[in-house]
Amino acid sequence: MSASAKINQTQKLIDDVLSVYPEKTRIDREKHVKPNDPSDCSTCAVKSNVKSRPGVMTVRGCAYAGSKGVVWGPVKDMVHISHGPVGCGAYSNWSRRNYYNGETGVDAFGTMHFTSDFQERDIVYGGDKKLGTIIDEIDTLFPLARGVSIQSECPVGLIGDDIEQVAKAKTTEHGKPIVPVRCEGFRGVSQSLGHHIANDAIRDHVFEKAGTEIEMTPYDITIIGDYNIGGDAWSSRKILEAMGLRVIAQWTGDATLAELANAPKAKLNLIHCYRSMNYICRYMEDTWGIPWEEYNFFGPTKIYDSIRRIAAKFDETIQANAEALIAKMKPEMDAIIAEYKPLLEGKTVMLYVGGLRPRHVIGAYEDLGMEIIAAGYEFGHNDEYKRTYPLLAEGSVIMDDATPYELEQFTKALKPDLVGSGVKEKYAYHKMGVPFRQMHSWDYSGPYHGFDGFSVFARDMDMTVNSPVWGLIRKPGTASVAAAERVAS
Amino acid sequence: MPTNDHNTLFGQPEYVEQFERKKEFENGSSAEEVARVSEWTKTEEYRELNFAREGIVINPCKACQPLGAVLAALGFEKTLPFVQGSQGCTAYFRSHLSRHFKEPIATVSSSMTEDAAVFGGLSNMIEGLENANAMYKPEMIAVSTTCMAEVIGDDLSAYIKTAKDKGVVPDDMPIPFAHTPSFVGSHLTGYDMMMRGILTDLAGAKADSTDGTLNVIPGFDGYSGNLREIKHILGSMDVDYRILGDYSDVVDAPATGDYDMYPAGGTTLEDARQAIDAEGTIALQRWSSQKTGELISKEWGQEFVAGPYPIGVTATDELIGEITTLTGKPISDELELERGRAVDSMVDSHPYVHGKRVALVGDPDVLLGLIGFLLELGARPVHIVATNGEKKFKKAAEALLASSPFGADGTVWTKKDMWHLRSLMFTEPVDLLLGPSNAKFLWADTGTTFVRVGFPLFDRHHLHKRPIIGYRGAENLLTDIVNTVLDEMDRTSKNTASFDLIR
Repeated sequence: MSASAKINQTQKLIDDVLSVYPEKTRIDREKHVKPNDPSDCSTCAVKSNVKSRPGVMTVRGCAYAGSKGVVWGPVKDMVHISHGPVGCGAYSNWSRRNYYNGETGVDAFGTMHFTSDFQERDIVYGGDKKLGTIIDEIDTLFPLARGVSIQSECPVGLIGDDIEQVAKAKTTEHGKPIVPVRCEGFRGVSQSLGHHIANDAIRDHVFEKAGTEIEMTPYDITIIGDYNIGGDAWSSRKILEAMGLRVIAQWTGDATLAELANAPKAKLNLIHCYRSMNYICRYMEDTWGIPWEEYNFFGPTKIYDSIRRIAAKFDETIQANAEALIAKMKPEMDAIIAEYKPLLEGKTVMLYVGGLRPRHVIGAYEDLGMEIIAAGYEFGHNDEYKRTYPLLAEGSVIMDDATPYELEQFTKALKPDLVGSGVKEKYAYHKMGVPFRQMHSWDYSGPYHGFDGFSVFARDMDMTVNSPVWGLIRKPGTASVAAAERVAS
Repeated sequence: MPTNDHNTLFGQPEYVEQFERKKEFENGSSAEEVARVSEWTKTEEYRELNFAREGIVINPCKACQPLGAVLAALGFEKTLPFVQGSQGCTAYFRSHLSRHFKEPIATVSSSMTEDAAVFGGLSNMIEGLENANAMYKPEMIAVSTTCMAEVIGDDLSAYIKTAKDKGVVPDDMPIPFAHTPSFVGSHLTGYDMMMRGILTDLAGAKADSTDGTLNVIPGFDGYSGNLREIKHILGSMDVDYRILGDYSDVVDAPATGDYDMYPAGGTTLEDARQAIDAEGTIALQRWSSQKTGELISKEWGQEFVAGPYPIGVTATDELIGEITTLTGKPISDELELERGRAVDSMVDSHPYVHGKRVALVGDPDVLLGLIGFLLELGARPVHIVATNGEKKFKKAAEALLASSPFGADGTVWTKKDMWHLRSLMFTEPVDLLLGPSNAKFLWADTGTTFVRVGFPLFDRHHLHKRPIIGYRGAENLLTDIVNTVLDEMDRTSKNTASFDLIR
């Protein structure tokens, strides 16, 4: 079967864009950038989760970012030590906006930066002794902290420190979980391995160790893989509670250690960010037979669908609640669509985000009449891409570990009306005059999840796509032309 | 229809009730226990425990070396910063600088992983230089290191030579380097090391006579406005100068519809090559120019002056005096006028600043400048915290405090962090806090009036474009301080007779 014209056209564009690379890099990049074929075409799949090319600007981060930055950092009643030199903690501090309730520095620690601030002597003599001292000091200064995690930075694994031994001894001494996490930044190819390592650390050091007594009900569920960016998990929890379900643990946005430990008591694990937490869901399924279900609370279409799929796992009471909730919320959602769709209908979007959102937010954009014409993941694996192909139109651009150069070239060629990516990309788009939203941090807005999030999402996309400021941008030297046009009109 | 985002949404009763319900599963401490511990953290007893710590550093006010190396490199025309080591570091430098400057930051990594940890980073550097050169066509690649490359002992000099021998980059392309381990010094050290590396690499043979010019090294300065201000001062004095590492235009590029990864601006390589023949060099910051200063004074045999970082009138007077000494050019009428205006403003505003007790946190040169400025205004610096301050800084700051009766209450704390400062501010309260955005948590905890100054400035827009150095910078800083004090006065007096229209 011959490829469609649309696919051929996109392939030609991709070839043009990649032609600038040295041969070895070009051949490598060709495997990561493809025209989308929504049918199940094994040769059309992009290669993913492999090393970035040295010297080619990548948007990716590291395993530490995946563990401390994503999975562990939001656990609010623990102190997370950035173990190693000062930088990693300085740059990641409170950059992900994992909202939480609690008194910072007293019973919650989310916005704080704890570092062992390695000096040369720690590299030479090892940091284990200092780590022991640090854990004692944390116990003295922060008595309400329920535990400590040790987030390893690169040198820890290179100098042969035995943080596991220190953690074990101090767990016994203080009677609180001290969790060693081997998330040194050089491990793996992106944040992704850090997620996995962090999941494993929860499995090994929290499960069956730090649980508390809770009375069980048939409606106990968890939220897994929602980091409460701008309050996402809270607006999601609102929906689940309205369905009559009881959320016994929220991972890890606004989470506590007890919530991590108690998750295996749930009847069903609900997972939002599949990429960062599928590992622990699979473990709970394999070990205790707890089923898990992916859901998507971006935009009403996906929210209704997810609500119904979740309800189907429970009894008629929950199913009736679900329908009642949808019936109650639909007019409100329709009103939002009625307000914003006329402003956004037909606008095209290019997305380049982490490991989940490029596929998860498609429905929300479509609810507003917008179309995704290119999408890519920083650190997705095969399973993300497989889930993405059917959601996108034939011939849209699929890119893995895209470089800023590729993003710029695709932007120039495809002329999207909106680009969604991260802070490192954002300001280049401002120079280019292309409307841009940060789709990691919600541009300091949010929530975007849930019914309450959709109105914020719609407002934000509209304000950026339709802001008058873009119209002021002009190329130097064109002022006289512009003046002549003004006179002519 | 009004939209409720996080700012208003979560205060609604249904969310407040949700948060209450969630507590059932949190295993949190009781409200009484939290209140008790919260009060305890504000006590003298806690302060003693806090200052007794030897291991953990909490909310430090410093970053690591390669961040400074990247900023130094960005100051040279068509220069690509290249960081040898794990790629996550480079992602962090780029996002950190982007959050501060609100600008794209182009920097590449050699993306080293486990195999490089075992075999070394040579092949990453060779492939990295080849790709970077082919794709980004820089005129110069400035190489610095992350702690990974330093721990495994990557030999930059040999690696770069190997890359050139293999022909992956042109033999004549300047590829300066600096070893910038994160476990030594701070971002200031990294700036210094990279600046030294670049100048070492570019400098040609020294001519027999000087060309009469003055080199100026801005230092790790979060304010692009400061770089423009020093150029204004030098221009006004008719000094024949060159800025070494002028990133003012690189981190403040116009929106024109095009993205240029090398925005117009930056010190040209040709200009940098001639720096060795200058009459002398002034570094505005003493603590980000120590190694570069050694190069210039010892190896180049040039007059080298470090500082003062010209925050406030006196420090600006001194800096201009240094420029005059080196160049023979006196202060201009224009600058004299600016000085007069700044002093006039200070006279007008002094009643709202005089006697105010102030806590300060930031980089050493910024702190020295701020201490001097506060003393000029009759304010009283009380707690001065420099996480990356050294003994010599402490001595210099103490000498400055001792020079004025308003400095009598000041204590200089080096190697201390913002959690120490929290204890200081609870046990010995102050009226005003000056520091970077990260200090906002101290504002939240202690309720102390807060003026953002320093690096990074993440949560207020465009402050970095306004200078805080020079006479005009003094006026900006004064305006920020006095109006923040007045805003606070309005907030606290709004339901009283003291809510004045005219201040």
